[in-house]
Amino acid sequence: MARRTPSAVRIGADVVGIVVLLACVFPVYWMVSRSFLPRNRIKGEDPVLVPWDGTLDNYRKILGDDDFGDAMLTSLSVTLLTVTVALLFAFLAAVAVSRFRFRGRRTFILTLLLIQMIPAEALFISQYKMLDGMGLLNSVIGLTLVYVAGVLPFTVWTLRGFVDGVPHELEEAAMMDGCSRTQAFFRVTLPLLAPGLVATGVFGFIQAWNEFTLAVVVMTDPAKETLPVWLVAFTDARSRGVDWGAIMASSTLITIPVIVFFLLVQRRMVSGLTAGAVKG
Amino acid sequence: MTRPAARRTSLPLGLVLPATALLALALGYPLVRQVVLSLQEFGLAQQFGQPPAWNGLGNYRDLLTDSELWVVVLRTVAFCFVNAALTFGIGLGLALLMARMSRLVRILAQCGLLLAWAMPVVAAMTVWQFLFDTQYGVVNWLLTRAGGDFEGHGWLLDPWSFFLVATVVVVWMSVPFVVFTLYAALTQVPEDVMEAAEIDGASPWQRFVHVVLPAIRPVLLVVVLLQVIWDLRVFTQIYTLQKAGGVSADTNLLGTYIYTLGIKGGDFGTAAAAAMFMLLLTVVLTAPYVRLMIKQEED
Repeated sequence: MARRTPSAVRIGADVVGIVVLLACVFPVYWMVSRSFLPRNRIKGEDPVLVPWDGTLDNYRKILGDDDFGDAMLTSLSVTLLTVTVALLFAFLAAVAVSRFRFRGRRTFILTLLLIQMIPAEALFISQYKMLDGMGLLNSVIGLTLVYVAGVLPFTVWTLRGFVDGVPHELEEAAMMDGCSRTQAFFRVTLPLLAPGLVATGVFGFIQAWNEFTLAVVVMTDPAKETLPVWLVAFTDARSRGVDWGAIMASSTLITIPVIVFFLLVQRRMVSGLTAGAVKG
Repeated sequence: MTRPAARRTSLPLGLVLPATALLALALGYPLVRQVVLSLQEFGLAQQFGQPPAWNGLGNYRDLLTDSELWVVVLRTVAFCFVNAALTFGIGLGLALLMARMSRLVRILAQCGLLLAWAMPVVAAMTVWQFLFDTQYGVVNWLLTRAGGDFEGHGWLLDPWSFFLVATVVVVWMSVPFVVFTLYAALTQVPEDVMEAAEIDGASPWQRFVHVVLPAIRPVLLVVVLLQVIWDLRVFTQIYTLQKAGGVSADTNLLGTYIYTLGIKGGDFGTAAAAAMFMLLLTVVLTAPYVRLMIKQEED
Protein backbone atom coordinates (compact mmCIF):
# COMPACT_ATOMS: atom_id res chain seq x y z
CA MET A 1 0.00 0.00 0.00
CA ALA A 2 1.86 3.04 -1.23
CA ARG A 3 -0.67 5.56 -0.03
CA ARG A 4 0.16 9.03 1.13
CA THR A 5 -0.03 9.25 4.89
CA PRO A 6 -0.50 12.59 6.69
CA SER A 7 2.56 13.38 8.80
CA ALA A 8 0.62 13.51 12.10
CA VAL A 9 -0.67 9.99 11.46
CA ARG A 10 2.82 8.85 10.51
CA ILE A 11 4.32 10.17 13.73
CA GLY A 12 1.58 8.51 15.77
CA ALA A 13 2.09 5.22 13.93
CA ASP A 14 5.84 5.46 14.45
CA VAL A 15 5.41 6.00 18.19
CA VAL A 16 3.20 2.89 18.38
CA GLY A 17 5.80 1.02 16.32
CA ILE A 18 8.56 1.92 18.77
CA VAL A 19 6.40 0.91 21.74
CA VAL A 20 5.71 -2.45 20.06
CA LEU A 21 9.41 -2.92 19.39
CA LEU A 22 10.26 -2.27 23.04
CA ALA A 23 7.44 -4.47 24.37
CA CYS A 24 8.60 -7.34 22.15
CA VAL A 25 12.33 -6.98 22.66
CA PHE A 26 12.49 -6.11 26.36
CA PRO A 27 11.63 -9.58 27.79
CA VAL A 28 14.08 -11.21 25.39
CA TYR A 29 16.75 -8.64 26.24
CA TRP A 30 16.10 -9.17 29.95
CA MET A 31 16.49 -12.94 29.56
CA VAL A 32 19.81 -12.65 27.72
CA SER A 33 21.27 -9.82 29.81
CA ARG A 34 20.35 -11.42 33.17
CA SER A 35 21.96 -14.66 32.05
CA PHE A 36 25.35 -12.92 32.29
CA LEU A 37 24.83 -11.59 35.81
CA PRO A 38 26.12 -13.27 38.96
CA ARG A 39 23.57 -14.03 41.64
CA ASN A 40 24.33 -11.08 43.92
CA ARG A 41 23.93 -8.60 41.05
CA ILE A 42 20.48 -9.94 40.18
CA LYS A 43 19.42 -9.52 43.79
CA GLY A 44 20.66 -5.92 44.00
CA GLU A 45 18.42 -3.04 45.08
CA ASP A 46 18.07 -1.50 41.63
CA PRO A 47 18.21 -3.67 38.51
CA VAL A 48 21.31 -3.29 36.35
CA LEU A 49 20.25 -2.18 32.88
CA VAL A 50 23.33 -3.33 30.96
CA PRO A 51 25.62 -6.05 32.37
CA TRP A 52 28.90 -4.42 31.26
CA ASP A 53 31.00 -6.60 33.53
CA GLY A 54 29.00 -9.79 33.04
CA THR A 55 30.31 -13.29 33.59
CA LEU A 56 29.82 -16.64 31.90
CA ASP A 57 29.41 -18.39 35.27
CA ASN A 58 25.72 -19.14 34.74
CA TYR A 59 26.49 -20.84 31.42
CA ARG A 60 29.37 -22.78 32.92
CA LYS A 61 27.11 -23.95 35.70
CA ILE A 62 24.29 -25.05 33.41
CA LEU A 63 26.52 -26.71 30.83
CA GLY A 64 28.27 -28.60 33.62
CA ASP A 65 24.96 -29.75 35.08
CA ASP A 66 24.31 -33.45 34.41
CA ASP A 67 20.53 -33.04 34.51
CA PHE A 68 20.71 -30.37 31.81
CA GLY A 69 22.92 -32.64 29.72
CA ASP A 70 20.49 -35.55 30.08
CA ALA A 71 17.53 -33.37 29.17
CA MET A 72 19.41 -32.01 26.15
CA LEU A 73 20.13 -35.55 24.98
CA THR A 74 16.50 -36.60 25.40
CA SER A 75 15.25 -33.49 23.62
CA LEU A 76 17.66 -33.95 20.72
CA SER A 77 16.79 -37.65 20.33
CA VAL A 78 13.04 -37.07 20.39
CA THR A 79 13.23 -34.06 18.10
CA LEU A 80 15.48 -35.59 15.46
CA LEU A 81 13.57 -38.87 15.47
CA THR A 82 10.27 -37.02 15.15
CA VAL A 83 11.50 -34.94 12.23
CA THR A 84 12.95 -37.95 10.39
CA VAL A 85 9.92 -40.19 10.76
CA ALA A 86 7.40 -37.40 10.10
CA LEU A 87 9.23 -36.24 6.97
CA LEU A 88 9.50 -39.74 5.55
CA PHE A 89 5.88 -40.73 6.20
CA ALA A 90 4.54 -37.33 5.16
CA PHE A 91 6.59 -37.29 1.99
CA LEU A 92 5.19 -40.64 0.83
CA ALA A 93 1.65 -39.58 1.65
CA ALA A 94 2.08 -36.19 -0.03
CA VAL A 95 3.28 -37.82 -3.25
CA ALA A 96 0.30 -40.16 -3.22
CA VAL A 97 -2.19 -37.37 -2.65
CA SER A 98 -0.64 -35.02 -5.18
CA ARG A 99 0.28 -37.41 -7.99
CA PHE A 100 -2.42 -40.08 -7.85
CA ARG A 101 -6.18 -40.31 -7.79
CA PHE A 102 -7.26 -43.23 -5.64
CA ARG A 103 -10.15 -44.46 -3.60
CA GLY A 104 -10.11 -42.93 -0.15
CA ARG A 105 -7.97 -39.97 -1.23
CA ARG A 106 -10.61 -37.43 -0.26
CA THR A 107 -11.32 -39.17 3.03
CA PHE A 108 -7.61 -39.17 3.80
CA ILE A 109 -7.27 -35.43 3.15
CA LEU A 110 -10.34 -34.52 5.17
CA THR A 111 -9.27 -36.76 8.05
CA LEU A 112 -5.94 -34.93 8.16
CA LEU A 113 -7.79 -31.63 8.34
CA LEU A 114 -9.98 -32.78 11.20
CA ILE A 115 -7.12 -34.34 13.14
CA GLN A 116 -5.26 -31.06 13.05
CA MET A 117 -8.04 -29.50 15.11
CA ILE A 118 -7.81 -31.97 18.00
CA PRO A 119 -6.05 -30.32 20.92
CA ALA A 120 -3.43 -32.47 22.66
CA GLU A 121 -5.18 -31.66 25.93
CA ALA A 122 -8.32 -33.48 24.79
CA LEU A 123 -6.50 -36.74 24.13
CA PHE A 124 -3.52 -36.97 26.45
CA ILE A 125 -5.37 -38.97 29.09
CA SER A 126 -5.91 -41.96 26.82
CA GLN A 127 -2.55 -41.51 25.06
CA TYR A 128 -1.00 -41.78 28.50
CA LYS A 129 -2.98 -44.95 29.23
CA MET A 130 -1.99 -46.41 25.87
CA LEU A 131 1.73 -45.73 26.28
CA ASP A 132 1.52 -47.02 29.85
CA GLY A 133 0.02 -50.27 28.56
CA MET A 134 2.75 -50.59 25.92
CA GLY A 135 5.50 -49.92 28.45
CA LEU A 136 6.43 -46.76 26.54
CA LEU A 137 6.06 -44.15 29.28
CA ASN A 138 9.35 -42.35 29.89
CA SER A 139 10.68 -43.59 26.57
CA VAL A 140 11.95 -41.64 23.59
CA ILE A 141 10.01 -43.97 21.28
CA GLY A 142 6.75 -43.35 23.14
CA LEU A 143 7.04 -39.58 23.09
CA THR A 144 8.15 -39.64 19.45
CA LEU A 145 5.07 -41.68 18.54
CA VAL A 146 2.66 -39.04 19.84
CA TYR A 147 4.81 -36.20 18.48
CA VAL A 148 4.87 -37.62 14.95
CA ALA A 149 1.09 -37.98 15.07
CA GLY A 150 0.92 -34.35 16.14
CA VAL A 151 3.05 -32.89 13.32
CA LEU A 152 2.11 -35.33 10.56
CA PRO A 153 -1.12 -33.66 9.38
CA PHE A 154 0.52 -30.26 8.94
CA THR A 155 3.60 -31.84 7.36
CA VAL A 156 1.60 -33.83 4.78
CA TRP A 157 -0.51 -30.77 4.05
CA THR A 158 2.49 -28.50 3.46
CA LEU A 159 4.57 -31.02 1.51
CA ARG A 160 1.60 -31.73 -0.72
CA GLY A 161 1.61 -28.05 -1.68
CA PHE A 162 5.27 -28.34 -2.67
CA VAL A 163 4.70 -31.51 -4.71
CA ASP A 164 1.76 -29.82 -6.44
CA GLY A 165 4.13 -27.00 -7.31
CA VAL A 166 6.41 -29.23 -9.38
CA PRO A 167 4.72 -29.60 -12.79
CA HIS A 168 4.26 -33.24 -13.67
CA GLU A 169 5.10 -32.34 -17.26
CA LEU A 170 8.71 -32.26 -16.09
CA GLU A 171 8.47 -35.89 -15.06
CA GLU A 172 6.73 -36.79 -18.28
CA ALA A 173 9.47 -35.13 -20.29
CA ALA A 174 12.04 -37.19 -18.42
CA MET A 175 10.01 -40.32 -19.12
CA MET A 176 9.97 -39.47 -22.84
CA ASP A 177 13.72 -39.34 -22.63
CA GLY A 178 13.72 -42.90 -21.39
CA CYS A 179 13.48 -42.66 -17.62
CA SER A 180 11.12 -44.95 -15.76
CA ARG A 181 8.44 -43.26 -13.67
CA THR A 182 10.43 -43.93 -10.50
CA GLN A 183 13.67 -42.66 -12.02
CA ALA A 184 11.93 -39.54 -13.29
CA PHE A 185 10.60 -38.89 -9.84
CA PHE A 186 13.91 -39.31 -8.07
CA ARG A 187 16.01 -37.45 -10.63
CA VAL A 188 13.68 -34.61 -11.52
CA THR A 189 11.03 -34.04 -8.89
CA LEU A 190 12.87 -34.90 -5.69
CA PRO A 191 15.67 -32.34 -6.13
CA LEU A 192 13.06 -29.65 -6.75
CA LEU A 193 11.35 -30.63 -3.50
CA ALA A 194 14.45 -30.09 -1.36
CA PRO A 195 13.44 -26.60 -0.17
CA GLY A 196 10.01 -27.91 0.81
CA LEU A 197 11.50 -30.79 2.74
CA VAL A 198 13.84 -28.44 4.57
CA ALA A 199 11.04 -26.01 5.45
CA THR A 200 8.68 -28.68 6.77
CA GLY A 201 11.52 -30.42 8.59
CA VAL A 202 12.43 -27.19 10.34
CA PHE A 203 8.81 -26.68 11.27
CA GLY A 204 8.69 -30.15 12.82
CA PHE A 205 11.92 -29.45 14.67
CA ILE A 206 10.53 -26.29 16.28
CA GLN A 207 7.30 -28.05 17.26
CA ALA A 208 8.97 -31.03 18.89
CA TRP A 209 11.72 -28.98 20.53
CA ASN A 210 9.23 -26.59 22.17
CA GLU A 211 6.48 -29.07 23.04
CA PHE A 212 5.60 -29.15 26.72
CA THR A 213 2.14 -30.64 27.35
CA LEU A 214 2.71 -34.16 26.07
CA ALA A 215 6.27 -34.19 27.38
CA VAL A 216 5.14 -33.46 30.92
CA VAL A 217 2.47 -36.17 30.63
CA VAL A 218 4.64 -38.89 29.09
CA MET A 219 8.04 -38.23 30.68
CA THR A 220 7.20 -38.48 34.38
CA ASP A 221 10.62 -39.75 35.43
CA PRO A 222 12.95 -36.79 36.23
CA ALA A 223 15.81 -38.63 34.52
CA LYS A 224 13.81 -38.68 31.27
CA GLU A 225 12.69 -35.08 31.10
CA THR A 226 12.97 -33.10 27.87
CA LEU A 227 14.47 -29.60 28.05
CA PRO A 228 11.17 -27.70 28.47
CA VAL A 229 10.03 -30.05 31.27
CA TRP A 230 13.45 -29.82 32.91
CA LEU A 231 13.37 -26.01 32.72
CA VAL A 232 9.97 -25.76 34.41
CA ALA A 233 11.07 -28.17 37.16
CA PHE A 234 14.30 -26.21 37.56
CA THR A 235 12.38 -22.93 37.91
CA ASP A 236 10.18 -24.63 40.49
CA ALA A 237 13.05 -25.55 42.78
CA ARG A 238 11.90 -23.17 45.50
CA SER A 239 13.64 -25.01 48.29
CA ARG A 240 17.09 -24.18 46.94
CA GLY A 241 16.06 -20.62 46.28
CA VAL A 242 15.43 -19.69 42.68
CA ASP A 243 18.65 -19.15 40.75
CA TRP A 244 17.37 -16.66 38.16
CA GLY A 245 20.75 -16.21 36.48
CA ALA A 246 21.03 -19.93 35.76
CA ILE A 247 17.37 -20.12 34.70
CA MET A 248 17.84 -17.27 32.25
CA ALA A 249 21.03 -18.86 30.89
CA SER A 250 19.26 -22.16 30.24
CA SER A 251 16.24 -20.38 28.73
CA THR A 252 18.61 -18.58 26.39
CA LEU A 253 20.30 -21.84 25.40
CA ILE A 254 16.93 -23.45 24.64
CA THR A 255 15.80 -20.42 22.64
CA ILE A 256 18.81 -19.97 20.35
CA PRO A 257 18.23 -22.94 17.98
CA VAL A 258 14.55 -22.06 17.70
CA ILE A 259 15.19 -18.42 16.76
CA VAL A 260 17.71 -19.47 14.14
CA PHE A 261 15.39 -22.04 12.59
CA PHE A 262 12.35 -19.84 12.94
CA LEU A 263 13.89 -17.08 10.84
CA LEU A 264 14.44 -19.64 8.09
CA VAL A 265 10.79 -20.62 7.78
CA GLN A 266 8.71 -17.72 9.08
CA ARG A 267 7.37 -16.68 5.69
CA ARG A 268 6.05 -20.16 5.06
CA MET A 269 4.46 -20.29 8.51
CA VAL A 270 2.25 -17.33 7.69
CA SER A 271 1.13 -18.68 4.34
CA GLY A 272 0.85 -22.27 5.59
CA LEU A 273 -1.50 -21.57 8.46
CA THR A 274 -3.91 -19.52 6.42
CA ALA A 275 -3.68 -21.60 3.27
CA GLY A 276 -7.37 -22.32 3.51
CA ALA A 277 -8.27 -18.68 3.17
CA VAL A 278 -5.76 -17.21 0.74
CA LYS A 279 -5.15 -19.15 -2.40
CA GLY A 280 -2.18 -18.90 -4.67
CA MET B 1 -7.60 -30.42 -12.65
CA THR B 2 -4.90 -31.81 -14.87
CA ARG B 3 -3.19 -34.81 -13.46
CA PRO B 4 -1.22 -37.71 -14.85
CA ALA B 5 -3.60 -40.34 -16.13
CA ALA B 6 -4.94 -42.28 -13.19
CA ARG B 7 -3.55 -45.77 -13.24
CA ARG B 8 -5.25 -48.59 -11.43
CA THR B 9 -2.52 -49.46 -9.03
CA SER B 10 -2.15 -50.08 -5.34
CA LEU B 11 0.96 -47.90 -5.21
CA PRO B 12 -0.77 -44.78 -3.78
CA LEU B 13 -2.43 -46.87 -1.08
CA GLY B 14 0.97 -48.23 -0.13
CA LEU B 15 2.31 -44.66 0.00
CA VAL B 16 -0.33 -43.43 2.44
CA LEU B 17 -0.17 -46.61 4.52
CA PRO B 18 2.66 -45.63 6.92
CA ALA B 19 1.08 -42.25 7.75
CA THR B 20 -2.38 -43.78 8.13
CA ALA B 21 -1.14 -46.60 10.34
CA LEU B 22 0.75 -44.23 12.62
CA LEU B 23 -2.19 -41.85 12.96
CA ALA B 24 -4.52 -44.76 13.65
CA LEU B 25 -2.22 -46.03 16.38
CA ALA B 26 -1.31 -42.75 18.07
CA LEU B 27 -4.59 -40.84 17.67
CA GLY B 28 -7.34 -43.16 16.45
CA TYR B 29 -6.86 -45.89 19.02
CA PRO B 30 -6.60 -43.46 21.98
CA LEU B 31 -9.73 -41.71 20.74
CA VAL B 32 -11.73 -44.97 20.79
CA ARG B 33 -10.13 -45.92 24.07
CA GLN B 34 -11.07 -42.58 25.55
CA VAL B 35 -14.73 -43.09 24.70
CA VAL B 36 -14.59 -46.51 26.40
CA LEU B 37 -12.64 -45.13 29.35
CA SER B 38 -15.16 -42.34 29.84
CA LEU B 39 -17.88 -44.98 30.29
CA GLN B 40 -15.90 -46.92 32.89
CA GLU B 41 -15.18 -46.64 36.55
CA PHE B 42 -11.41 -46.22 36.37
CA GLY B 43 -9.85 -44.97 39.55
CA LEU B 44 -7.05 -45.94 41.91
CA ALA B 45 -8.29 -49.52 42.43
CA GLN B 46 -8.00 -50.14 38.68
CA GLN B 47 -4.51 -48.66 38.70
CA PHE B 48 -3.60 -51.52 41.01
CA GLY B 49 -4.93 -54.24 38.77
CA GLN B 50 -8.64 -54.47 39.40
CA PRO B 51 -10.54 -54.75 36.11
CA PRO B 52 -12.47 -51.56 35.27
CA ALA B 53 -16.20 -51.75 35.85
CA TRP B 54 -18.77 -50.33 33.44
CA ASN B 55 -20.23 -47.16 34.74
CA GLY B 56 -22.51 -46.23 31.86
CA LEU B 57 -22.89 -42.49 31.71
CA GLY B 58 -21.99 -42.26 35.39
CA ASN B 59 -18.78 -40.29 34.79
CA TYR B 60 -20.60 -37.80 32.63
CA ARG B 61 -23.36 -37.50 35.21
CA ASP B 62 -20.80 -36.96 37.97
CA LEU B 63 -19.04 -34.35 35.87
CA LEU B 64 -22.12 -32.50 34.76
CA THR B 65 -23.55 -32.37 38.27
CA ASP B 66 -20.18 -31.40 39.72
CA SER B 67 -20.25 -27.64 40.00
CA GLU B 68 -16.46 -27.45 39.61
CA LEU B 69 -16.59 -28.53 35.97
CA TRP B 70 -18.98 -25.73 35.13
CA VAL B 71 -16.84 -23.19 36.90
CA VAL B 72 -13.79 -24.48 35.00
CA VAL B 73 -15.63 -24.46 31.67
CA LEU B 74 -16.95 -20.95 32.21
CA ARG B 75 -13.48 -19.79 33.25
CA THR B 76 -11.92 -21.48 30.21
CA VAL B 77 -14.40 -19.92 27.80
CA ALA B 78 -14.09 -16.49 29.44
CA PHE B 79 -10.28 -16.67 29.39
CA CYS B 80 -10.39 -17.82 25.79
CA PHE B 81 -12.64 -15.01 24.58
CA VAL B 82 -10.87 -12.26 26.51
CA ASN B 83 -7.49 -13.40 25.19
CA ALA B 84 -8.68 -14.00 21.65
CA ALA B 85 -10.43 -10.61 21.57
CA LEU B 86 -7.42 -8.75 22.96
CA THR B 87 -5.03 -10.56 20.63
CA PHE B 88 -7.22 -9.93 17.62
CA GLY B 89 -7.94 -6.29 18.49
CA ILE B 90 -4.30 -5.42 19.11
CA GLY B 91 -3.19 -7.46 16.10
CA LEU B 92 -5.62 -5.82 13.68
CA GLY B 93 -4.81 -2.36 15.03
CA LEU B 94 -1.09 -2.93 14.60
CA ALA B 95 -1.51 -4.43 11.14
CA LEU B 96 -3.40 -1.31 10.04
CA LEU B 97 -0.85 1.03 11.62
CA MET B 98 2.03 -0.94 10.11
CA ALA B 99 1.24 0.44 6.67
CA ARG B 100 1.44 3.99 8.02
CA MET B 101 4.78 3.69 9.80
CA SER B 102 7.95 4.97 8.22
CA ARG B 103 9.97 2.22 6.60
CA LEU B 104 12.67 1.95 9.26
CA VAL B 105 10.25 1.83 12.18
CA ARG B 106 8.15 -0.75 10.38
CA ILE B 107 11.10 -3.04 9.81
CA LEU B 108 12.23 -2.67 13.42
CA ALA B 109 8.74 -3.40 14.75
CA GLN B 110 8.53 -6.46 12.50
CA CYS B 111 11.86 -7.74 13.80
CA GLY B 112 10.63 -7.31 17.38
CA LEU B 113 7.39 -9.13 16.66
CA LEU B 114 9.28 -11.93 14.97
CA LEU B 115 11.45 -12.34 18.05
CA ALA B 116 8.44 -12.55 20.39
CA TRP B 117 6.78 -15.02 18.02
CA ALA B 118 9.84 -17.27 17.87
CA MET B 119 10.33 -17.55 21.64
CA PRO B 120 9.74 -21.12 22.86
CA VAL B 121 6.75 -21.06 25.16
CA VAL B 122 8.57 -22.33 28.27
CA ALA B 123 11.40 -19.82 27.81
CA ALA B 124 8.85 -17.02 27.48
CA MET B 125 7.14 -18.30 30.61
CA THR B 126 10.30 -18.27 32.72
CA VAL B 127 11.15 -14.75 31.56
CA TRP B 128 7.70 -13.39 32.35
CA GLN B 129 7.71 -15.15 35.71
CA PHE B 130 11.00 -13.45 36.40
CA LEU B 131 9.60 -10.06 35.32
CA PHE B 132 6.63 -10.51 37.68
CA ASP B 133 8.70 -12.12 40.44
CA THR B 134 7.76 -11.10 43.97
CA GLN B 135 11.27 -10.21 45.08
CA TYR B 136 13.41 -9.59 42.01
CA GLY B 137 10.79 -8.70 39.40
CA VAL B 138 11.18 -5.56 37.31
CA VAL B 139 7.43 -4.99 37.32
CA ASN B 140 7.30 -4.61 41.10
CA TRP B 141 10.40 -2.44 41.01
CA LEU B 142 8.94 -0.13 38.35
CA LEU B 143 5.53 0.15 40.03
CA THR B 144 7.17 0.90 43.38
CA ARG B 145 9.30 3.55 41.68
CA ALA B 146 6.15 5.02 40.15
CA GLY B 147 4.79 5.50 43.63
CA GLY B 148 2.78 2.32 44.11
CA ASP B 149 2.99 -0.03 47.07
CA PHE B 150 4.31 -3.03 45.21
CA GLU B 151 7.32 -3.96 47.27
CA GLY B 152 7.21 -7.77 47.53
CA HIS B 153 3.82 -7.95 45.81
CA GLY B 154 2.88 -11.54 44.88
CA TRP B 155 1.15 -11.48 41.49
CA LEU B 156 0.29 -15.16 41.39
CA LEU B 157 -1.42 -15.41 44.76
CA ASP B 158 -4.74 -13.95 43.73
CA PRO B 159 -6.70 -15.63 40.89
CA TRP B 160 -7.48 -12.32 39.19
CA SER B 161 -3.91 -11.10 39.02
CA PHE B 162 -2.82 -14.67 38.20
CA PHE B 163 -4.98 -14.51 35.08
CA LEU B 164 -3.80 -10.99 34.37
CA VAL B 165 -0.22 -12.27 34.18
CA ALA B 166 -1.34 -15.29 32.11
CA THR B 167 -3.20 -12.95 29.73
CA VAL B 168 -0.20 -10.67 29.31
CA VAL B 169 1.99 -13.64 28.34
CA VAL B 170 -0.56 -15.30 26.07
CA VAL B 171 -1.34 -12.06 24.23
CA TRP B 172 2.37 -11.18 23.97
CA MET B 173 3.06 -14.52 22.32
CA SER B 174 0.00 -14.57 20.05
CA VAL B 175 -0.15 -11.03 18.64
CA PRO B 176 2.76 -11.42 16.18
CA PHE B 177 1.03 -14.16 14.17
CA VAL B 178 -2.11 -12.01 13.85
CA VAL B 179 -0.15 -8.92 12.81
CA PHE B 180 1.90 -10.71 10.14
CA THR B 181 -1.07 -12.56 8.70
CA LEU B 182 -3.38 -9.53 8.59
CA TYR B 183 -0.65 -7.22 7.32
CA ALA B 184 0.03 -9.66 4.49
CA ALA B 185 -3.70 -9.71 3.71
CA LEU B 186 -3.94 -5.89 3.82
CA THR B 187 -1.17 -5.49 1.26
CA GLN B 188 -3.30 -7.58 -1.11
CA VAL B 189 -6.22 -5.12 -1.04
CA PRO B 190 -6.33 -3.74 -4.61
CA GLU B 191 -4.94 -0.22 -4.72
CA ASP B 192 -7.15 0.94 -7.60
CA VAL B 193 -10.34 0.08 -5.71
CA MET B 194 -9.10 2.09 -2.74
CA GLU B 195 -8.33 5.04 -5.00
CA ALA B 196 -11.69 4.80 -6.73
CA ALA B 197 -13.43 4.84 -3.36
CA GLU B 198 -11.39 7.86 -2.32
CA ILE B 199 -12.23 9.74 -5.51
CA ASP B 200 -15.89 8.92 -4.94
CA GLY B 201 -15.59 10.73 -1.62
CA ALA B 202 -15.52 7.78 0.79
CA SER B 203 -14.12 8.69 4.20
CA PRO B 204 -11.26 6.58 5.61
CA TRP B 205 -13.75 4.82 7.89
CA GLN B 206 -16.08 4.07 4.96
CA ARG B 207 -13.16 2.80 2.92
CA PHE B 208 -12.20 0.52 5.80
CA VAL B 209 -15.70 -0.88 6.29
CA HIS B 210 -16.73 -1.18 2.64
CA VAL B 211 -13.48 -1.96 0.84
CA VAL B 212 -10.82 -3.27 3.22
CA LEU B 213 -12.95 -5.45 5.50
CA PRO B 214 -14.73 -7.38 2.73
CA ALA B 215 -11.40 -7.93 0.96
CA ILE B 216 -9.70 -9.47 3.99
CA ARG B 217 -12.78 -11.22 5.40
CA PRO B 218 -11.68 -14.84 4.74
CA VAL B 219 -8.32 -14.24 6.39
CA LEU B 220 -9.99 -12.50 9.34
CA LEU B 221 -12.23 -15.51 9.84
CA VAL B 222 -9.35 -17.95 9.86
CA VAL B 223 -7.28 -15.81 12.22
CA VAL B 224 -10.14 -15.44 14.69
CA LEU B 225 -10.94 -19.15 14.67
CA LEU B 226 -7.33 -20.26 15.05
CA GLN B 227 -6.95 -17.83 17.91
CA VAL B 228 -10.04 -19.19 19.64
CA ILE B 229 -8.81 -22.78 19.28
CA TRP B 230 -5.36 -21.91 20.58
CA ASP B 231 -6.67 -19.92 23.54
CA LEU B 232 -9.15 -22.64 24.42
CA ARG B 233 -6.41 -25.19 24.88
CA VAL B 234 -4.00 -23.05 26.88
CA PHE B 235 -2.14 -25.48 29.13
CA THR B 236 1.57 -24.73 29.40
CA GLN B 237 1.12 -21.15 30.59
CA ILE B 238 -1.34 -22.06 33.34
CA TYR B 239 0.62 -25.14 34.39
CA THR B 240 3.91 -23.27 34.74
CA LEU B 241 2.37 -20.33 36.59
CA GLN B 242 0.71 -22.74 39.02
CA LYS B 243 4.05 -24.50 39.50
CA ALA B 244 5.73 -21.17 40.10
CA GLY B 245 3.81 -20.78 43.30
CA GLY B 246 0.52 -19.51 41.96
CA VAL B 247 -2.78 -20.60 43.49
CA SER B 248 -3.95 -23.74 41.73
CA ALA B 249 -7.39 -24.23 43.26
CA ASP B 250 -9.11 -21.33 41.54
CA THR B 251 -6.95 -21.09 38.45
CA ASN B 252 -7.57 -24.37 36.63
CA LEU B 253 -8.64 -24.17 33.00
CA LEU B 254 -9.92 -27.25 31.15
CA GLY B 255 -6.45 -28.51 30.19
CA THR B 256 -4.96 -28.35 33.67
CA TYR B 257 -8.27 -29.58 35.16
CA ILE B 258 -8.13 -32.77 33.07
CA TYR B 259 -4.45 -33.19 33.91
CA THR B 260 -5.05 -32.81 37.66
CA LEU B 261 -8.04 -35.12 37.58
CA GLY B 262 -6.40 -37.91 35.58
CA ILE B 263 -2.61 -37.88 35.55
CA LYS B 264 -2.24 -36.43 39.06
CA GLY B 265 -5.43 -37.74 40.69
CA GLY B 266 -5.62 -41.15 39.01
CA ASP B 267 -9.33 -40.84 38.22
CA PHE B 268 -8.98 -41.70 34.55
CA GLY B 269 -12.67 -42.38 33.97
CA THR B 270 -13.86 -38.92 34.94
CA ALA B 271 -10.82 -37.29 33.31
CA ALA B 272 -11.64 -39.07 30.05
CA ALA B 273 -15.22 -37.79 30.25
CA ALA B 274 -13.92 -34.25 30.80
CA ALA B 275 -11.57 -34.67 27.83
CA MET B 276 -14.51 -35.74 25.64
CA PHE B 277 -16.23 -32.57 26.75
CA MET B 278 -13.23 -30.52 25.63
CA LEU B 279 -13.17 -32.35 22.31
CA LEU B 280 -16.82 -31.54 21.77
CA LEU B 281 -16.27 -27.89 22.61
CA THR B 282 -13.42 -27.74 20.08
CA VAL B 283 -15.46 -29.43 17.36
CA VAL B 284 -18.36 -27.01 17.83
CA LEU B 285 -16.08 -23.96 17.79
CA THR B 286 -14.02 -25.05 14.80
CA ALA B 287 -16.83 -26.31 12.60
CA PRO B 288 -16.96 -23.10 10.50
CA TYR B 289 -13.20 -23.20 9.87
CA VAL B 290 -13.29 -26.85 8.87
CA ARG B 291 -16.23 -26.21 6.57
CA LEU B 292 -14.30 -23.42 4.89
CA MET B 293 -11.25 -25.65 4.41
CA ILE B 294 -13.37 -28.43 2.96
CA LYS B 295 -14.96 -26.01 0.53
CA GLN B 296 -11.52 -24.82 -0.60
CA GLU B 297 -10.45 -28.44 -1.01
CA GLU B 298 -13.41 -29.23 -3.25
CA ASP B 299 -12.98 -26.22 -5.51
